[in-house]
Amino acid sequence: MTTFYRRLPRFDYVQPTSLDEALSLLGRYKADAKPLAGGTDLIPQVKGRDMAAPRVVVDLKAIPGLDAITYDATKGLTLGAMATIANVERSVLVREHYPMLSNALTTMASPQVRNRATVTGNICTAVPSADSAPTLLVLEAVLKLVSQKGERLVPITQFFTGPRQTVLTYDELITEIRIPSPPPKSRGVYLKLSPRKSMDLAVVGVAAFVVRDGETCKDVRIALGAVAPTPIREARAESALLGKKLTDESIEEAASAASSECRPIDDHRAAREYRCDMVYVLTRRALTQIKEEAL
Amino acid sequence: MKEIRITVNGKPYELSVRPWATLLEVIREDLGLTGTKEGCGVGECGACTVIMNGKSVNACLVLAPEADGKEITTIEGLAQGEKLDPIQQAFYEIGGLQCGFCTPGMIMSTKALLAETPEPTDHEIRKGLEGNFCRCTGYTKIFESVREASRKSRR
Repeated sequence: MTTFYRRLPRFDYVQPTSLDEALSLLGRYKADAKPLAGGTDLIPQVKGRDMAAPRVVVDLKAIPGLDAITYDATKGLTLGAMATIANVERSVLVREHYPMLSNALTTMASPQVRNRATVTGNICTAVPSADSAPTLLVLEAVLKLVSQKGERLVPITQFFTGPRQTVLTYDELITEIRIPSPPPKSRGVYLKLSPRKSMDLAVVGVAAFVVRDGETCKDVRIALGAVAPTPIREARAESALLGKKLTDESIEEAASAASSECRPIDDHRAAREYRCDMVYVLTRRALTQIKEEAL
Repeated sequence: MKEIRITVNGKPYELSVRPWATLLEVIREDLGLTGTKEGCGVGECGACTVIMNGKSVNACLVLAPEADGKEITTIEGLAQGEKLDPIQQAFYEIGGLQCGFCTPGMIMSTKALLAETPEPTDHEIRKGLEGNFCRCTGYTKIFESVREASRKSRR
């Protein structure tokens, strides 16, 4: 039987007012410190004793400028680590230049959670079903990781290492997510399958992104959520379409490739076979939507 | 202990809180405002919804020290004396409740929704209340109450 905990365990709380101060706290406490953004994952985890109680929670929300959302036609979009899902989803810049990102974020949780949770937090928690991940994978986002020792840029394709595991070390923070400007004549779609429309995890999530030259696909990016230990790019499905026109046949081929490549788990949410079948259906549906959207 | 200053329903408070206390515990236990309910305690059910600096949040997921300097509205802050808020009046007239446990959260989510979208579409109402669970009603009358509240608030 599982125990139901009503109270949080003891921990200390600090609210640094500069990035340097936050990094020095993480450098000092290492695994005993937990960075806090929206808390919508951290607090349930700590309360449920699914995670050891941290000695200190480091609230990052008082660091000036960390919640900025900026766009520049050459550099693309930069999401500060503390930008909430609600603010990114509603940003005029995001809706205009990255509609698929805004749509993917709308499928997540509830208004109350979206008002607190951050896109960066969703990535750092790194569950295989993270709804922002497939979209960020096809948009080829780059993460800026910073520690006292310096900074490094990590493409999101190399960030996830397993369920709830990433390359982020204890003393590092993601300070921003950089998303390049989508090339002209590109279209992207994220489709999420879940038994309920709200407050539910993806059984399968599929993001498809196609850049066309005339009618030919000159760049194809397909990413899947909830069907492998991490969110993944699907190389075989991508190459099945590359250099071809979007037709019912080529889409069928790509969808079959995506479905044969995926290695989902069997659990109470869905059986392995069902997830694979749904990867086929959703990939086909996403690519068909892209085909039918006027350029 | 951490010293915090918060404003709840227009009234300022200076409190000494445990760092691991949630805003929900402070509202219910330190301030005695028990209109805000604890359901799941992990951000799934929305029974503890309050409005913090204009945005709806799950009070069970906010640490008390995080609320320092914030303005909070709870269900107790809506009525003016004996006069109900138009949203409360609509839930009362339509009967948008059964056991009533989820109602404060439903009303606070409606408050946040209508503040931003005074005339919500059906889809916007559903999205606005998607983080609030009701285990009795089947939602139809809650939905109708929100529509009626929108009408009343604009009158």
